[in-house]
Formats: sequence, C-alpha cells, structure tokens
Amino acid sequence: MDPGQKSVVLILARELATNLATPMFLVDANGRLVFYNEAAEPIVGKPFSEVGEMDAGEWAALLKPTSPEGDALSRTQIAPGVALLERRPAHGSIAITGLDGLPRRLEITAYPLYRRADEFAGAVGIFWLENEG
Amino acid sequence: MRARLWGTRGSLASPGPDTVRYGGNTSCVEVRTDDDELIVLDAGTGMRGLGLTLIGSGIRRVHVLLTHLHMDHLQGLGFFKPLYDPSVEIVIYGPPSPTISLAERIGTYLSPPLFPVALADVPARLSFHDADGTFDVGSATVTAAPVVHQGSTVGYRIDDLGRSLTYIPDHEPSLGVLDLAVQDPSWVSGTGLAQGADVLLHDAQYSTEEYPNHVGWGHSAVDHVVAFAQLAGVRQLVLFHHDPLHTDADLDVLREHALSAWSGGPDELVLAFEGMEFDLSVAAQPAERAVS
Repeated sequence: MDPGQKSVVLILARELATNLATPMFLVDANGRLVFYNEAAEPIVGKPFSEVGEMDAGEWAALLKPTSPEGDALSRTQIAPGVALLERRPAHGSIAITGLDGLPRRLEITAYPLYRRADEFAGAVGIFWLENEG
Repeated sequence: MRARLWGTRGSLASPGPDTVRYGGNTSCVEVRTDDDELIVLDAGTGMRGLGLTLIGSGIRRVHVLLTHLHMDHLQGLGFFKPLYDPSVEIVIYGPPSPTISLAERIGTYLSPPLFPVALADVPARLSFHDADGTFDVGSATVTAAPVVHQGSTVGYRIDDLGRSLTYIPDHEPSLGVLDLAVQDPSWVSGTGLAQGADVLLHDAQYSTEEYPNHVGWGHSAVDHVVAFAQLAGVRQLVLFHHDPLHTDADLDVLREHALSAWSGGPDELVLAFEGMEFDLSVAAQPAERAVS
C-alpha cells in the first residue's frame, strides 16, 4: 500500500478528536505528532494548522515538559512517552511552556493504539489544565 | 488481468423488473490474473453463477478474497459449486479479528441451523488467512488494507504486469470529513489502495440527498465517491454496491449526478452491471478496458 496513507486507526481517531470538545492529540507509531484538535489549541498555544506535524524531538523541545515543580523529565516520565515507548496507558501531571510562551500546568492521560495485537499504530492523549477537571 | 462482475448490488439481493439492467445479485467479482489464476472478490449471491461456469472447467485452485463478513458479501459461498469438489483447493482471505479466527467467523454462517452444511464438512480443501499486507497470487500482487466501514473490513488492490484494479465495495471515506475533495489524501481511508489505479470499483450506495440519513452506516454518497476517486487519481471509476432500493432508472440519475462533478471523460465513470468485463491485460488500450 502507498506508505503515504496513515493508519486507518489514526484516521478514525482524528475523526473522533475533531468532534470532541475535550483537548486531544495523536502521535503516530514513530512518535510524530500528527494532530491535535481545536479544543487543544488554547492550551498548546497555537492552532494545529499553524504548527503542522512534528517529530517527537521537535514537539518535546518546543513544549519543554517538566514536572509541576519544574524538574526536567525524560520521555518515559511523561504520559505520552510512556504510551509511545512502553506501550501502556499512563496518567500524570506536567508543566509546559505553550507555543504562545505562557506556562501551563496540565494533567494528561495517554494510551497506545493497536490495530492488531502485533501492530502498534500510535498513541492518543487527552489533557486538560490542572484544576479545570 | 481480466475481471468480470457477477454481483453489483449492496446489502441485499434485489432481483426484479426494476433491477434488470444493473443486476440484483450482491457483491462478487471474478478476476483472472495474466497467468490465469482465479481470484474471487467477495462471496455475495453473484458467486453462485460464477461457480456454475466452473463446473467441468478443470479449475483446481480458487483464491477467495473477502472484504468483510456481512451477509451480502458471504451468502454465495455455500452455493459455490467448487466448494463441493474434493479436487479443488479454496484459499480464503478475510479481515482479521483480534479474537476469533476467520474460519470460525465464516463457520457461524456456514453451519446449521443457518446453513445445512457445516464448513468443516465441505469436500473442497480449504485454508484461511488474515488479509493484511501484500501477498502474491500467480502473476499478481494483492494488497489488503483496512478501510472505514462497520466492523473489521478491508479493501483490495490487485497489481498485475503493471495494471491495477482496486476493490473497495463498502467504504465511508467521508466520515467526519467536511470536504473530501480538499482533504490531504494521507488522511483519507482507502487512498493508499486506490492511488493511481487503472480501475476502481467503489461503494456508491447513496445519493447526495440520501446520505445525511445514513451517516456512519459505512457507505458512500455518489459525490463522495467521485471526490475520493479524483483525490486518488484513478483512471476509471466504477460505481458499485448499488442500494437495493435503487431501480435501474435511479442509478442512471445517480451517474448523471456523478458525471457533473467528474473531471474525466464519461467512459471513465460507469455504473457496475452484472456481466460487465474489464480487460486490463498489457495489450488492452484504456478505451478497451470496459467491455459492455
């Protein structure tokens, strides 16, 4: 198949995300950020249409995730990294610097997406500002 | 590669005076590879007629490629004559399931009380394979990939000596998409299978007016099909999987509507009908591909 087409799992997940008022993002099996929805834009600090797809290293460098206390975190210490690298669901609190330059504290739940038991398609995360439940 | 359509209807067989021209049998397409291997795309009621032509033909192997297991794509299997010939090998591919084997799922239908003969008791030699990725059948390369429909469903692309046929009979690529025509193709289900295909057989179940009442049912409106085909750059679009409520006259109107949005020539956008043939051999010119 044309390698240009994304996994149908990601296609369906994006369709869900576009219809949700809950902030949601998607990464593919390589950790590339492929989408976040409109509800996520005020938290990330820019519309996805302005940002576009980004490799794992790029979005981590831009958002600068830390612990709520400001300590640096490795990728396996944040929920999306756990979902992507350890391929299990995870939840946690982090602080980021939005793409508008403003600091924010978030809670994130992320989980892996498998099309088949042996075929990892990527991960999805939902997140919200702390204390906004 | 050559292809012949034995069933073009979706959902339910619908024989009668209103479906004479385009046919009432459900999905089944015969494909002969350049080295004459037989591929059967789906096992709808059209498969019965195909099976009758194979009696005494000396056929020894049939590859049955199921897109999914809804009844309109499976009901003909029990009436396929080679199933009862112990000298025939039948290789069946179908959509994967995380929990139940393909044989078990097909056996749900091919077993009493729904059918008098249990799958385990048919004389032909059967084997079952998950349809996923790429595999060879004779001179052809078959690619199977999941597409958006209700339940686990795949589409197929067959490439043979530089020619390609893509078969996606049940598909709703527009689900959740505001305007399919301007989508990034990488985000549209099925484009990987259909990209640049010589012939695309595609779900065209609904009119534009009917679709809003059927969103999420897993099928396409005719204007979505046109947009999808043009997005994928297919050369010839064949409107397939006709709604059982659509008469021959209704289908003619659907095609006229589709042509109004089609950028190619009128011969490159046609309605599937039983008995329709395609010659995709190397020698055939594009204009000769669809033979009425």
